[in-house]
Amino acid sequence: MSKRTIAVELATPGLDPQGRPARIPLEAGVGALERYGEPDAGEHMLINIGPQHPATHGVLRLVVELDGETVVRVIPHVGYLHSGFEKLGEYRHYNQIIPLTDRTDYLSPMANNVGFALAAEQLMGIEITPRCTVLRVIACEMSRIISHMVWLGTTSIDLGAFTPFLWAFQERERIYNLQEMWTGARLTTSVTRVGGMMADVTDDFVAGLRQFVDTYPKTLHEIDRVLTRNAVWVGRTQGVGVMTAQEAVNYSLSGPMLRASGVPYDMRRDKPYLAYDSYEFDVPVGEHGDVYDRYLVRLEECHQSNRILRQALERLPDGPLNIGDPRLILPPKSRAMSDMEAMIYHFKQVMEGVKAPVGEAYVGIENPKGELGTYLVSDGTAKPVRWRIRPPSFINLAALPKMAEGHLLSDLIAINASVDIVMGEVDR
Amino acid sequence: MNPSAEALRGTFAGAIGRAVESCGDTIVYVDRAALLDVMAWLRDTPGQQYDYLVDVTAVEYRDRERSLEVVYNLRSLERRTDLRVKVELDPRGDLAIDSVVPLWQGADWLEREVFDMFGVTFRGHPDLRRILMWETYAEGYPLRKDFPLRGRFSRAEQVRQALNANPEAHYSMEELSIAEAYDELPPDMRERLRRGERGKIPDSE
Amino acid sequence: MKRVLETKEVPGQSPNYLLAKAQHLIDWAVNASRANSLWPMPFGTACCAIEFMATAASRYDFARFGMERQAFSPRQADVLICAGRLPFKLAPVIRRIYDQMPQPKWVISMGACASTGGIFDNYAMVQGIDTIVPVDVYVPGCPPRPEGLLYGVLLLHKKIKGESLFDHAQRRDEQPLDERGLRLPPEQIDEISEPFGNSIHQFRSG
Repeated sequence: MSKRTIAVELATPGLDPQGRPARIPLEAGVGALERYGEPDAGEHMLINIGPQHPATHGVLRLVVELDGETVVRVIPHVGYLHSGFEKLGEYRHYNQIIPLTDRTDYLSPMANNVGFALAAEQLMGIEITPRCTVLRVIACEMSRIISHMVWLGTTSIDLGAFTPFLWAFQERERIYNLQEMWTGARLTTSVTRVGGMMADVTDDFVAGLRQFVDTYPKTLHEIDRVLTRNAVWVGRTQGVGVMTAQEAVNYSLSGPMLRASGVPYDMRRDKPYLAYDSYEFDVPVGEHGDVYDRYLVRLEECHQSNRILRQALERLPDGPLNIGDPRLILPPKSRAMSDMEAMIYHFKQVMEGVKAPVGEAYVGIENPKGELGTYLVSDGTAKPVRWRIRPPSFINLAALPKMAEGHLLSDLIAINASVDIVMGEVDR
Repeated sequence: MNPSAEALRGTFAGAIGRAVESCGDTIVYVDRAALLDVMAWLRDTPGQQYDYLVDVTAVEYRDRERSLEVVYNLRSLERRTDLRVKVELDPRGDLAIDSVVPLWQGADWLEREVFDMFGVTFRGHPDLRRILMWETYAEGYPLRKDFPLRGRFSRAEQVRQALNANPEAHYSMEELSIAEAYDELPPDMRERLRRGERGKIPDSE
Repeated sequence: MKRVLETKEVPGQSPNYLLAKAQHLIDWAVNASRANSLWPMPFGTACCAIEFMATAASRYDFARFGMERQAFSPRQADVLICAGRLPFKLAPVIRRIYDQMPQPKWVISMGACASTGGIFDNYAMVQGIDTIVPVDVYVPGCPPRPEGLLYGVLLLHKKIKGESLFDHAQRRDEQPLDERGLRLPPEQIDEISEPFGNSIHQFRSG
């Protein structure tokens, strides 16, 4: 990561003796706290933001206790989008859960599909084919790009810049076209199956993705040029919402939030899945743990995803897409319609599902938001006893009160945006 | 098998139950009375350093004879190892367990979620309230196996209760530092706090 | 004015012909202005909100249909677009937002979950927002494509153009909740919420 070259003028007054960020009085000057002393509790004000508010990125509700314009306490209320995913999972076959995973973190559906499929495969002891592995890497990295694009777009709207939103959504539309080419759906892709993929990619898709990979950095550079050295952007993000490395680990942050605080932990590199260790990519790590560093980390991750996509396209091997075992994976539709044996397997899998052995598996993958864990417990039937999603943005959001304390109300919006929440996953 | 399991047995002996391996992960069963000590030991002992709490969740099995398990996924960021610690509770008995929030702040919301979904209470948790369902949710704990998929009440009753809920509720006096200054607040704000479902009014009122 | 119009006889026409003509003209003008400058209030909750944003962004751009200004405050909105699933915890919120919108107001239910509960036939989800607020246009899909939403908006235009200022049977008045706090009778809510399609096959065993 490049060293920052901008002098920090608008940072917070630092930490108070207890180690919390010092409160900024309305005059925003160091020393005001001593001059005026602790403000009266009676002058505090309660403000309710959300659940329907454009700056809360969904249906998050924040109850904010203010002293003047300084945030004394933030109390997030979540659960306004609780949809009972984990309960539904107990009533579904393993392959039937995959459409549910689309709808948890709907900004990166393909990565969720991959995360669930990997956990189910570990539970059943399935080894996937090389082509499938590379395609899943492509799916994950495409998801990372579209998710970070939404984050860039909406965060820049929150901080007052509308143009990057339009640029980011234009790039998303291009990825949506590719997803549509691959899966037939723009958003709810359901691209994986336990033991393989729902469909193979076409040559058109590969050509389209190659073209995307070549042209997409231009947009990134444009966004970079508009935001990274923009005085408003820098002023509103630097020194805001600081999490130190120890705090980040203690709060179980993950993904860009953790790395922006200076903890170099990336599931792709440190607990490799899908043969990520054979790809060449850098893990961007921040230094200050503020909103600006989170922005830099995410921006750099987009570049790195591009690099991985490029390598994956280079190495995309020929060969079978799905595993060969007809008891575990559906036969091609044409064979199911013409071949008696294939039809029986088809029927059995659709009606009875695939039975998993007794046991449990936890697989964490590096989702755009952080570590998406899938914890599956099986008692030997075709439906899991427990399907648990470790929701990265839920856990990241839990640190919001800590980060926002002592900042201005307008900074709260920037901090909340920097967490990159998606309520479908926070509430599940 | 993760060597931490043996090390735990060497240190805590009787408090450690069986250790099993499933899909490459080591699972250690811990007695609930010793949980906090075991966790602190795992976090702070050199050579263990499980400094990162990945997840807290619970599992109830379809087999009613099996106990409800509270599951802690631990990770050592430095050593790149994972360990799963489980505590067994009797689903028909007292579902209480020590909170690990003193060790990991990140456990705060996770434990609240387990409380919300399974009804496990965490002793020593700073703010144990429902998190995903609303405060006055009356139907029970959704992820328990005896909870029907569509809830216990009829749809009309669910809609009625939902529409009669106060969308401004959930200001909880306990979590506001404003509570101390209750008497000095302007009347409209006092009224709003009083209407909150959990708004416990100080004794003076 | 009404009397004047009625007394003016036109040979071969009903005495109300001119009145009807004038009303028609006024309706046409009012409805065309309403329909072509709808201010949407995006009540985006889940996946559909992303497609809603895509519809608002450059490629689909629903500003072409007069929805340039998105009203993030219900008090300056004409049409509530409920994009995404609606859990019970959110039900009082959408009801309040709907109540805060001034008349005339319309509601578009975007997506399967908002219209019927979709795949979420469980303890947490409202089985169709029509049990909470009256809905004018249902847009199917999970999530609907932007073209689908645009088609829904065009259908709403059509509906608005059929309304009349003078004939209240064609306009919906404010519908407050009844004394039980419900919009519909309980039996009707139960009937609407009945499991259908694949959700009748939800079993834990097997």
